[in-house]
Amino acid sequence: MSTVYVWLAVLMAGVTYPSRAIPLFVPQMRRLPRAVLAYLRLVGPAVLASLAAVSLAVSTGESGRPLLHIGPEWIAVALCVAIVTWRRNLLLGLIVAAGLMALLRALGLAVV
Amino acid sequence: MQPTESPNGAQTLQTSRRRLVFDTLGIAASAGGFGLVYGLAARSAGLSTVEVAAMSGLVFSGGAQFAALGYIAAGAPWAAIVLVTAFINSRHLLYGAAMAPYLANRSAGMKALMAHVLNDETFAISLAHFRRIGRADVTGYWMGALGGTVVPWIGASIVGATLAGNIPEPARFGLDVIFPAAMAGLAVGLITYRRELVAALTGALVGVAAALAWDPAAGIVVGGIVGPLVGLAIPGPTMPDPEGSATP
Repeated sequence: MSTVYVWLAVLMAGVTYPSRAIPLFVPQMRRLPRAVLAYLRLVGPAVLASLAAVSLAVSTGESGRPLLHIGPEWIAVALCVAIVTWRRNLLLGLIVAAGLMALLRALGLAVV
Repeated sequence: MQPTESPNGAQTLQTSRRRLVFDTLGIAASAGGFGLVYGLAARSAGLSTVEVAAMSGLVFSGGAQFAALGYIAAGAPWAAIVLVTAFINSRHLLYGAAMAPYLANRSAGMKALMAHVLNDETFAISLAHFRRIGRADVTGYWMGALGGTVVPWIGASIVGATLAGNIPEPARFGLDVIFPAAMAGLAVGLITYRRELVAALTGALVGVAAALAWDPAAGIVVGGIVGPLVGLAIPGPTMPDPEGSATP
């Protein structure tokens, strides 16, 4: 069984861990200015929304160029967002989103 | 951690932990589904089950791991893959900085352990929990991290790698939509005020625009940087000081 990519994982972890740990150990970050705190409070929603939008709306074409993707997945994600907003239940939202996509594909209304 | 404050404060901790458990279940479903897909995709890209386990256990970052698969499949040099990983995961600097005031008085060893599992999901559910109770809760942090991501992500990716080839077209089960749906749902959970909504919408729009103009990984980072800047321009409530309300 190949283990060559274990070393790649070690290198990837080597550049990932510092970005997670350094802010926890830098003393200056224990008393951040209010403006910085306000900014950081907004980072979570912005990054998560960006992750969702990019993974949903951007696909890579055969040429390797990023392309705008519009499809029924948008409806599934919008439904999940609506359920989380309404019921505050992420698990239910994910089940409904995945179930809708499975149903649409079973009916031939969405491509795999 | 047992509550040491007023009975009212203890009730808040227990109530918040119950909410944390529900959030963690949702995250676990996402991480499990996403991990399964990752394991399947990684085997398709040529990784062995041991390598998949190493990736998920050591890197512990779905976005970077998926991006790496694309680069591996394309035959890119390792240096490029490591550079892309650093770029994608640079957003964790901001997560750590947001968590730092809450964890200021924790031991170095505990912070070093907590840092390894500080990914998107752990950040989202633990920060929301800390905000609800107004202080850090290490037990709650580990409940969310282990139950929500560590066990399901690593376990499901190994299962996916092991089962690779036996599950035809996981997208037929809608598993491909779980990641964007989970990220969007988590973002909604962090939105309380209008400026957070504006930051999220801006992050999404700018992220997609930058991804289309340049690269998806770049789009995620640019959206995460620009979104909060635009959000700050919106009048909002005075921010509570996490350090001032945190307890050791």
